[in-house]
Amino acid sequence: MNLAAVAAVTLATLLAGFYGLRLSRTTSDFYVASRGVSPLANASAIGGEYVSAASFLGIAGLVLAGGVDLLWLPVGWTGGYLVLLVLVSAPLRRSGAYTLPDFAEARLESMAVRRMASLLVVLIGWLYLLPQLQAAGRVLAMVTGSPPWAGGVLVAAVVIIGVLGGGMRSITLVQAFQYWLKLTALGVPLVFLLMAWKRDGSPGIADTGWLLPDTGDDSLYSTYSLILATFLGTMGLPHVLVRFYTNPDGAAARRTTAMVLGLLGLFYLLPSAYGALGKIYASDLATGTSPNTDAVVLELPGRIIGGTLGDVLAALLTAGAFAAFLSTSSGLTVSVAGVIGQDLFRGGVRSFRAATVLAVGVPLGLALAVPSSLPVATMVGLAFALSASTFCPLLVLGIWWRGLTAAGALAGLVTGGLLAGGAVVWTVVTEQTSGWVAQPGAWTVPLTFLVMVVVSRHTSRPPNTARTMVRLHTPEGVELDRGDWRPRRI
Amino acid sequence: MTERRIAVTSPRTGAARRRPGGGSKAREIDEQTRLGEVYMDALIRSQLKLSLSVCVVLVTFVGGLPLVFALADPVRESEVFGVPLPWLLLAVVVYPVFGALGWWYRRQAERTERDFVDMVERR
Repeated sequence: MNLAAVAAVTLATLLAGFYGLRLSRTTSDFYVASRGVSPLANASAIGGEYVSAASFLGIAGLVLAGGVDLLWLPVGWTGGYLVLLVLVSAPLRRSGAYTLPDFAEARLESMAVRRMASLLVVLIGWLYLLPQLQAAGRVLAMVTGSPPWAGGVLVAAVVIIGVLGGGMRSITLVQAFQYWLKLTALGVPLVFLLMAWKRDGSPGIADTGWLLPDTGDDSLYSTYSLILATFLGTMGLPHVLVRFYTNPDGAAARRTTAMVLGLLGLFYLLPSAYGALGKIYASDLATGTSPNTDAVVLELPGRIIGGTLGDVLAALLTAGAFAAFLSTSSGLTVSVAGVIGQDLFRGGVRSFRAATVLAVGVPLGLALAVPSSLPVATMVGLAFALSASTFCPLLVLGIWWRGLTAAGALAGLVTGGLLAGGAVVWTVVTEQTSGWVAQPGAWTVPLTFLVMVVVSRHTSRPPNTARTMVRLHTPEGVELDRGDWRPRRI
Repeated sequence: MTERRIAVTSPRTGAARRRPGGGSKAREIDEQTRLGEVYMDALIRSQLKLSLSVCVVLVTFVGGLPLVFALADPVRESEVFGVPLPWLLLAVVVYPVFGALGWWYRRQAERTERDFVDMVERR
């Protein structure tokens, strides 16, 4: 039955991809769905793309292992959209850029900054894709007994076919559908699980160390570092930003983002309940020689309910998990491929296709070569830290401060990229998941801001800064000279 | 396939399309006069103030929680309807608060923009 669930989700994704093929004809269609997507569809698509395996499976697992302190993870992943809404959404859409490197080029008028931004988009995208593919392998092995490489290969293949089939238009439809699928797939089983728990006499949790926030200094540092990385990292995730260009104008971008906040808030009510039920019924998953906390969501129906109903619910959850693997991976692939296609290759649809294969192929190769036992949400947390330490300062200073210069931005991107990137490599290699290196946000983010400001103060501004500010901040309805910058040929 | 440029912003980017005789304030902005810069500064400053006020609420409300939990044991250990207060706050209450803040921000930001449009289009 689990296999059937995986097959159904895969088939539905592919069908939507081919449906999109008939709709997308020009290059512009291919990348950004011709900007003709309604706010609710767009918001659902952002939600669908954003809710990855880390949210669907990972949060419950980390909460099971670490208790209330890990609830900050979903809080930060939602709160990040609030920060994105107030600081970035409308100006970013108004910049007219397709990608983050486009924005860097438009604002700073520098190819060097553009190239650095491209490099970072690819790195962050791969860092985010890698755990998705690894977790897909673990999950498929768990539910069907397949070899551990099969899940990652399956997800990569479906993503390539889907993206090549229709580009962004199909992805938008698929993503919007996937949000609601994931919400249903996590929500419906939870209702049954809670009823079973009630029938069971509503057993409570006695472990106060797990129930109450940790108050040690280390834990306080980790919590604040996590808050900083998640709240500020969301705005720099490549698959999140590419969605903003599908809004018709700045005000619509704002409306879409506000709607995303609601959709995510609704979804993130669910995983913590799974974490708590897991603590009662499946706490053995967090202990022992090889803890497998990512499995808790899929294990619970069998343990609490069992029988045919338990199997059906587990199949539904498996379908949701695969929707999560596919949607996030597609979104990341489209944005990474867009950047590789534009900046490494010559641009155009053919480059985009070659770039797509490269965008998934590299993380797949890594996932197969380096089997990691780090939980999926931990790895994704590292991608947030890297994004918060590089793109957040670039966007916030670029949008709100005329003084940002190309040299300042470049110096900041290099500093943040090296420091946070180094911390990521150290964490992945040593598998140490606590301490100031594993949670680098608290020192790398302020440092990057500082470097950008100090270097900018001593260098000269791009010549068209004033015009660019008009472009970023004035509503589209007013007829003004906004400069003639266009995204490069694609 | 031939390479071509595709316009992706609103076509209304050029001053050339402006109605004859209209929008002297728009001209000030286009020509980047002192006055034009004052108009732009006012817009950016009021939007930034609004954004930062949301951020301040966020830092106080969200940023304060770990500290409160660490310093005030009564808060950390209290229960509401049998659920520990930290759970209730972090698993449920924060989400509607985020939503409300976002909704309020969007309304205010659109109001600021309407004011700017009115100001520019007034003769």
